[in-house]
Amino acid sequence: MANTQAMTTSFMGELMTATHNFGVAPTRGTSAVDSFKAALYLTTATYNAATTAYSATGEVSGTGYTAGGVAVTMGTVPTATNSSTTAGVAFVTPSASITYTTVTLATAFDAVLLYNSTQSNKAVSVHTFGSQTVTAGTFTLTMPSNTTTTALIRLATT
Amino acid sequence: MALVTTTKGEMDESLLEKKEGSVDNDNEYTTWVEYWLNGELVHRSAHVQLKKAVMFSAEAASFS
Repeated sequence: MANTQAMTTSFMGELMTATHNFGVAPTRGTSAVDSFKAALYLTTATYNAATTAYSATGEVSGTGYTAGGVAVTMGTVPTATNSSTTAGVAFVTPSASITYTTVTLATAFDAVLLYNSTQSNKAVSVHTFGSQTVTAGTFTLTMPSNTTTTALIRLATT
Repeated sequence: MALVTTTKGEMDESLLEKKEGSVDNDNEYTTWVEYWLNGELVHRSAHVQLKKAVMFSAEAASFS
């Protein structure tokens, strides 16, 4: 037997459920899952890794679209899986497609911001795709399979 | 008779010109459908399946 330096995979999974707190805030008064939302952004916007929270700046607007976007269904709890003594993956994927129903978004958009509406709209991730418009139609983002290699959000060690 | 939601209300699909397309690359598989009436776009829907997840790497530092 030998010891192996590693970030524990359980820790990565627990980061996704706020088990560890190295700082001060936030104070959680409940163990309930947070609420997440998804907002769409114009091709002219600049949302990226530096984004810290939801903002209406650069967000799409149009008939049937409410600022802030739509709720994201997080029906599955995060999973943490070891792949070796030094590596593992913690991952989570929304359990349903993100759908904007009967909207008209005439100005091209190419990104969606996933953010935590329970925790002051703090940003989670930005996902980009080819430029789109929608006219009296539906825009759907289908989620990838929730696996170690395809989940929408993954924390990994190698 | 299939009805399509358009900028002019619900319309019979047979009255409209339908165009469909798709994009398949490393990042996404996207399909879209458009309905046109006399040269005017009256409906467009799109369906995006993301292929690339966002990945964060983590590391435990060594003492040196």
